[in-house]
Amino acid sequence: MTAIALDRFRWTLADGVTVVIRNLNHIRRAPSQLIADLIVPIVMVLLFGYVFGSAIRVPGGGNYREFLMPGLFAMTAVSSVAVTGQLVAGDVQRGVMDRFRSMPMARSAVAFGQTGVDIITGTMGLIGMALCGLVVGWRIHTGLWHGLAGFGLLLLLRYAISWLGVYMGLSVKNEETADKLGMLFLPVSMLANTFVPTSGMPAWLRFVSNWNPISSLVAACRSLFGNPGAPAANAALPLQHPVISTLIWSVVILAVFVPLSVRKYYTA
Amino acid sequence: MTEIQALARPTSARRDTAVLVEGITKRFGKTQALAGVDLAISRGTICGVLGPNGAGKTTAVRILTTLLRPDGGRAEVDGYDVVAEAEQVRFRIGLAGQNAALDEKLTGRDNLRMFGRLYHLSYRTAAQRADELLARFDLIEAADRVVQTYSGGMRRRLDLAASLVIAPAVLFLDEPTTGLDPRSRNAVWASIRDLVADGTTVLLTTQYLDEADQLADHIAVIDTGRVIAAGTAAELKSQVGGDRIDLVARYAADLSLAAETLSRLTGSPARSRAEIRQVSAPTTQSGLLTTVVRELDRAGIEIEDIALRRPTLDDVFLHLTGHTAA
Repeated sequence: MTAIALDRFRWTLADGVTVVIRNLNHIRRAPSQLIADLIVPIVMVLLFGYVFGSAIRVPGGGNYREFLMPGLFAMTAVSSVAVTGQLVAGDVQRGVMDRFRSMPMARSAVAFGQTGVDIITGTMGLIGMALCGLVVGWRIHTGLWHGLAGFGLLLLLRYAISWLGVYMGLSVKNEETADKLGMLFLPVSMLANTFVPTSGMPAWLRFVSNWNPISSLVAACRSLFGNPGAPAANAALPLQHPVISTLIWSVVILAVFVPLSVRKYYTA
Repeated sequence: MTEIQALARPTSARRDTAVLVEGITKRFGKTQALAGVDLAISRGTICGVLGPNGAGKTTAVRILTTLLRPDGGRAEVDGYDVVAEAEQVRFRIGLAGQNAALDEKLTGRDNLRMFGRLYHLSYRTAAQRADELLARFDLIEAADRVVQTYSGGMRRRLDLAASLVIAPAVLFLDEPTTGLDPRSRNAVWASIRDLVADGTTVLLTTQYLDEADQLADHIAVIDTGRVIAAGTAAELKSQVGGDRIDLVARYAADLSLAAETLSRLTGSPARSRAEIRQVSAPTTQSGLLTTVVRELDRAGIEIEDIALRRPTLDDVFLHLTGHTAA
C-alpha cells in the first residue's frame, strides 16, 4: 500500500516537472517574450518612481522610490493570478485539459506544474525589477537575511495567488475572459498602501486598504528591507504585524484554493 | 508503465468486444443529453457514431474517455469500467477531440514528447516515439516549428499523432475531419484506415454521412440521445429500400413524358421535381438503366444526366428521423 502511495507521489512529482518543462519551453521557443517581460518592470519603476515620486510625500520622510519598490514588487506578485489564469483557461478552451484528463497522469500535476512554473518566472521577474530598483536608488538596509525573508514573503503570496488563478482559469474556461478578470486584480493591488500612504484616504477606503492582503505584504517588505513608510503605531491590526498577517493570508488562500482547484480539475 | 505496447488485457468473456455501452444516461440541467445508449464495438473495427449537432455524440465520447461520469448505465473500454477503473481505461485509450488539443506555443516535437512523458514513457522512449509519429504523419519538416504556424490539416495530423503516443487499444475520434479541406480529410481517413489495419479499435463520431459510409464497419445512428438505428452501411441503406433511377431532363416541357416513361419501365410511380427538372423512381431490377436510356432516346427526350443511385446515408437519416442530418 505504501509502495503504491510512494509510486503515486513520484509520478505526481514527475508529471508536475513535465508541466514545468513545458512552460519553460515556451520561453525557449519565443525568447523575445522574455525581453518584453523584462521591459515592463523597467517602465513601471521609471513611470511610478519619477511621475508619482515628484508629487507624493512619504510619511516620516524618505526617498519615494525606496517607498515605492516594495509596492511594485507586491503588485507584480499579484499579477500571477492573470498569468496563471490565462494559461489554464487557454488549455481548457483548446481541449488540452481534456487530453490531460484522458491520460493516466497524476490528477493534481497540471495545477502544481502551472503554479510551480510561476514561481520560477516570478523569481526572474523579481530579480529584474530589483535590479531596476537598485539603479534608481532603492536599497535593502537590513542585511542579507532580512532581504531574503522579504523576497520569500513576496514569492509565497505570489504562489498562493497563482492557485487562485488556476481556479479562475478552470472556472471561466476562456482565455480572454481569464485575461480580463485578471486585469481586475490590478486595481485591487492599488487599493492598498502600494503607491501612496493610506493615512490620507477617506475612512472607508482606508479600512479596505489596511485589510487588503497586499498592504500587509507591502508593509512587511518595507519593514524587512528597511525602506521608508513604516505603518504608524496606531495602524490597523494587520499592519502592526505585517509579516505574520502575510503568512496567515497566504496559508488561508492556499487552504481554500488548492483543494478547490484540484476538485475543479476533475470536473472541468 | 514504460512500454508502448498495449497492456495484457483481462481475460473476459467479452474478449472480442473493445467497447461495451449499456443504457448510459446523462442529463445536463433540463437537457437529457443521453437517454439510454447501448453500443458494442468489436475489436479491430471502426464504429461510426452518426448524428446531427446536439445528438449526444460528444457526451458519449466524453463518458467513454473518463472525462464525464454517466448518470446511469455502465460502459467498459477494453474490458475496464469507465467509472470504477477509470485509471486503467486511461492507459488504453487515445482521444482526438473536435479542436486540436495542442500547445500552440510549442513545436510539434515538443508536444509529442510532452504527452509521451505524461504517459510515463522514459525521456528516450518519448523522444523516439515522437520521431516515429512525426514521420508517420508526414510532419518531419514541420517538427521544429511552433504549432501556431501549422495549417489546419497539419494540426489535425499532429493531434491524431498525439492521441497515438501509447498505441492505444481504443481510439476515440470526435468529428476528426470537421473543418478540413478535402485533401486533408483524405489524409486523415487514410491514417485511420492504417491504424485499424494494425489492430486498433476506433470509435468515430461524425455528422458527415459520407465519412461514416467510407470508414465505418458498423454505424450507430444517434438522435436526441438515443441510438435509433445500427448496422453496416449496407444494412442501413437496405432499410430505406432499393436503388433509384434519377434523371435530369434538358427541357422542362419533357418532364411529364419522362415521368410517364420512367413509371412504365420501373413499374412504380416516378416523382418529379420541376424546379431542378428531375424525375426519379425506385427500382429493384438491375440492368434497367440502359433500357430507360434507350426508351427516352426513342421518345425524343434529351437528358442532361441519368444515374442509378444507391440510397445514401442521407436518405437513411431522413427515413429514420424525419429530418436531414445537416
